[in-house]
Amino acid sequence: MLSPESLKKIDREIAKYPPDQKQSASMGALRIAQEEKGWLANETIEFVAEYLGMPAIAVYEVASFYNMYDLAPVGAKKITVCTNLPCALSGGVHAADYIKKKLGIDFNETTADGQFTLKEGECMGACGDAPVLLVNNHRMCSWMTEEKIDQLLADLKK
Amino acid sequence: MTSQGIILSGLDGDRTWRLADYVKRGGYDALKKIIAEKIPADQIISEVKKSALRGRGGAGFPTGLKWSFMPRAFPGAKYIACNSDEGEPGTFKDRDILRYNPHTVIEGMIIAGYAMGCERGYNYIHGEIFEVYERFEEALQEAREAGLLGNNILGSDFSFDLFAHHGYGAYICGEETALLESIEGKKGQPRFKPPFPASFGLYGKPTTINNTETFASIPYIIREGGDAFLALGKPNNGGTKLFSVSGHVNKPGNYEIPLGTPFSTLLEMAGGVRGGRKLKAVIPGGSSAPVLPASVMMDCTMDYDSISKGGSMLGSGAVIVMDETTCMVKALERLSYFYFEESCGQCTPCREGTGWLYRVVHRIENGLGRPDDLDLLNSVTANIMGRTICALGDAASMPVQSFVKHFGDEFAFHIEHKKCLVPKDVQHEGSKIYVA
Repeated sequence: MLSPESLKKIDREIAKYPPDQKQSASMGALRIAQEEKGWLANETIEFVAEYLGMPAIAVYEVASFYNMYDLAPVGAKKITVCTNLPCALSGGVHAADYIKKKLGIDFNETTADGQFTLKEGECMGACGDAPVLLVNNHRMCSWMTEEKIDQLLADLKK
Repeated sequence: MTSQGIILSGLDGDRTWRLADYVKRGGYDALKKIIAEKIPADQIISEVKKSALRGRGGAGFPTGLKWSFMPRAFPGAKYIACNSDEGEPGTFKDRDILRYNPHTVIEGMIIAGYAMGCERGYNYIHGEIFEVYERFEEALQEAREAGLLGNNILGSDFSFDLFAHHGYGAYICGEETALLESIEGKKGQPRFKPPFPASFGLYGKPTTINNTETFASIPYIIREGGDAFLALGKPNNGGTKLFSVSGHVNKPGNYEIPLGTPFSTLLEMAGGVRGGRKLKAVIPGGSSAPVLPASVMMDCTMDYDSISKGGSMLGSGAVIVMDETTCMVKALERLSYFYFEESCGQCTPCREGTGWLYRVVHRIENGLGRPDDLDLLNSVTANIMGRTICALGDAASMPVQSFVKHFGDEFAFHIEHKKCLVPKDVQHEGSKIYVA
């Protein structure tokens, strides 16, 4: 269900915790599973649960609680823009509006070609870098002017 | 990043985070001294007490006192946890500490483990900073290979290992017992206290949780002494502190300065208010801290006692600056939406109340406010505060109370005239994309 590479990464997560506390690796395992699959289908969550010896519902609770897990398909590139107050004071909302216009979608929508999903983010802990956005949860892009957004979108389309 | 302090000084951005650079700056000297001189744990704790180091995460609790709560003699596992789940809007200091000086956090945690008799620690890193998490993992590997982590550290009989746990997007996990639940692989819902983590923490074992910046201050205190650290700040407010300045300033960023520095000096360091405009309001300690009008703020010095006297909290040291182009109703609407989204849903007053707060502020902002809405807001906050398991309910309420208290006229104008005192185009111009 998951590739040997992903399983190896999950094993490394498991090894961080005491031997009788394997469930601590559920967050890391879900992240790794999502990286491979793009989003977390019920079967993926069930697989992770079985791998960690946990009830599926316990892993589902984790997957549904933390907002960076996607429980429904998203575009190949998920862009999350922070619009919280500190970012909003330095153009976070403008940056989000610009991306909406460029991609022709609103928050929580995906472009027709399945390339991009746009999300509104909460504090990313990088307010001094506003406007800030994340690409696929893991790549942070700072000081996103309109020119930099143009460049980023062009690069991501390649 | 500007430093007159001990954590970010002498760093060169991304180029000097590795173990070899840290050692060149005197890194791990404190740990080596402890091991070589077999310094007793009690002496370390009393040095930390002497330093007047107060928790840098927001609550400002004296660190030495917290450490002394740990039952050192308790048989079996005990844990250290570092709270790097930095998601309080306005706060972005731990990210810079972790990416530019990760080993100082590692050394601080090893020393804490030694002082409290713990063999294992976890650093809980905010979900949205994955690249920083990966770097921290690399730094841990360096420390392990150098014999600074693991069994028999530096040839002594002291063993301690440290791991990074990566969050995945939940503000509430910055609450220490939610953080522990999250490390245990559960939903991050805060625990009822007591029992406190020092007796029932991670996996039910005694645990001490400190903020990243708190741990990062420890090596200096051991190396130079608690008195030297205290002398950097002012009495009861030892040391230097990182302030994350964001919003309408010319140079947003982190400023590490002595506690007790006048706010006006910090504002000047951050390049002053953008476009030479007039300062309107400041949230001095992260989004949960009460907002203060410019006139009050300009009289404050940046330390726990002065900000508290001014009517707010130093909190995490996140200074959100708002100038005259800011609509205070809109500003509060953004914050209230955040708390509504991030309430974990466990306690009814917070789960329901944060929704009420957001919806009422939202309708005022959108010209649908009703004459008794300000009373309603105050009544909802009064029904949340003190009635929840953790502080998120209070954190959601304090901004509402303080915005209404200090900028009530602006809210009343919105309700009566269905529009803002600050024209839309002025607001728009004031908060457009700005890159220093």
